[in-house]
Amino acid sequence: MKIVVCIKQVPDTTEVKINPQTGTLIREGVPSIMNPDDKGGLELALQLKDKYGAHVTVITMGLPQAEDILREALAMGVDRAILLTDRKLGGADTLATSNALAGALRNIEHDLIITGRQAIDGDTAQVGPQIAEHLDLPQVSYLENLEYDGKKTFTIRKQTEEGYQMLEVDAPCLVTVLAPAFKARYMSVSGIVEAYGREVEVWGADKIDVADEKIGKAGSPTSVAKAFPKSLKPAGEQYDVDPEQAVGIIVSKLKEKFII
Amino acid sequence: MDTTQYKDVYVFCEQREGVIQSVALELLGKARELADTLNEKVVAILLGKDIKAKAQDLIAAGADKVLVVDNDVLKYYLTEPYTQAITQIISEQKPSILMIGATTIGRDLGPRLSARVCTGLTADCTKLEIGEERELLMTRPAFGGNLMATIVCKNHRPQMSTVRPGVMKKMTPDAARKGEIVDYQIAFNQEKIGRVRLLNTVKEDKGMIDISDAKILVSGGRGVGSAEGFKKLEDLAAVLNAQVSSSRACVDAGIIDHSRQVGQTGKTVRPDLYIACGISGAIQHLAGMEESEFIVAINKDKFAPIFNVADVGIVGDVNKILPLLTERLKGMME
Repeated sequence: MKIVVCIKQVPDTTEVKINPQTGTLIREGVPSIMNPDDKGGLELALQLKDKYGAHVTVITMGLPQAEDILREALAMGVDRAILLTDRKLGGADTLATSNALAGALRNIEHDLIITGRQAIDGDTAQVGPQIAEHLDLPQVSYLENLEYDGKKTFTIRKQTEEGYQMLEVDAPCLVTVLAPAFKARYMSVSGIVEAYGREVEVWGADKIDVADEKIGKAGSPTSVAKAFPKSLKPAGEQYDVDPEQAVGIIVSKLKEKFII
Repeated sequence: MDTTQYKDVYVFCEQREGVIQSVALELLGKARELADTLNEKVVAILLGKDIKAKAQDLIAAGADKVLVVDNDVLKYYLTEPYTQAITQIISEQKPSILMIGATTIGRDLGPRLSARVCTGLTADCTKLEIGEERELLMTRPAFGGNLMATIVCKNHRPQMSTVRPGVMKKMTPDAARKGEIVDYQIAFNQEKIGRVRLLNTVKEDKGMIDISDAKILVSGGRGVGSAEGFKKLEDLAAVLNAQVSSSRACVDAGIIDHSRQVGQTGKTVRPDLYIACGISGAIQHLAGMEESEFIVAINKDKFAPIFNVADVGIVGDVNKILPLLTERLKGMME
């Protein structure tokens, strides 16, 4: 079985702070990490490798420094790593991103493509299903578990709001994965040492057969008209009092607001 | 693309087992507002099996027209048949705007559809307005909720957006509203549909309460600490006829189910009263609850960011204050 996992390097948004004076983001010192859902997807791929002897490729599209997460993936145990990077791909929205990645994926053999459900910097959950559409593959999003019959069929458990669905899907297909379903393994020490000696293939836009008007900024139907800090309502009153008094304050405020 | 050929505001009205989802009605309410500004129509798309009887409810909620596609392949949501149906509707009807609820279904359907019809899709919009050139201005949190961005889709149609449940407000249903109900025929490609087969659907008791419907939420965070601590929240909730919700920390710690998580990766809530107990107020959490009508926060750390959005902030120990508050309220209710 050939598996390709799409991963993304993202700023760790839990570490992002807002400058209270200017209301702008403080980006300095925010670490870059492998997107958590993608890491869950990578773990699924590696479990399938352990179980069925699958060949696992990881691909990321991004800036040259995204090589870091590919090294991490190599250290975790993947067989091949590809960095898709080119100025032409910059400024892409989800549709243009999915066009570029689909172009690359056409050049990589696959029975199963895995993406994370969503990236923590955009939270859109769009790129996976969009890639599936470009490649005319069936998709299952919100995957919690996957079994393979060794031939041509996957049996997949998909999370829903009410519980889950069991689906049978023909290979090749694309799935999007939830991080909590697959707790990622650690890099092994020998893996880390080895990872730095191994090749990360670097692909430019010339390696993918997608028209220029479908990638980058030119290929993006959506654009940002403006970005602004969130306006927070003024903070209310704060009381540092003993528990009895605190209860009194809460009760009187709730009465005032006719909540009780 | 000649964008002037495209008009009207379309809403994908999600149903599950024949029940129209609340988010569909919320979107119809917003669509009504947008369509009135544009002087255009609101069109509801209703896909399912034996579902036509629900069309009138959509008219009461704001639709001028309901396109009903009734077919066996639409009985349960699956990506391909739903995508095929809406793709054909888009190519024949040319909507200017298409809104979809950001549920697990909408977040699966929306991107697939946007790639098939080759247009933009803006996820999880919190605000939708019409701009000066009659374009749709789609505002959403960006960068983990740290910034707001207004997105436009200038040269492609339809302008597609998803909106999370609980963000927009429903109209008061008006049973006297008149509208048109159309049976719509779709030419399905069965071969493509056959690539994914639904074996079964399993419902799990996840507490079975939708916290986004609750009028009062008693919400716990790291400061509550344990399942034992949550018992105190449940006691207070019982007195207030409220539901218990939580921040991500307690979900990750396995204390409470994900279905009760408020925030960026959980649910968006806007109850009349939100009592934040031992929640520090990470941006991701605030994004899910700051629209609440009235917010009471209790936290030991007087610099906790939750106090920036709270109407009443109490610096103190939730484990001491909650039992006292419960007792006091119990006494008042009797």
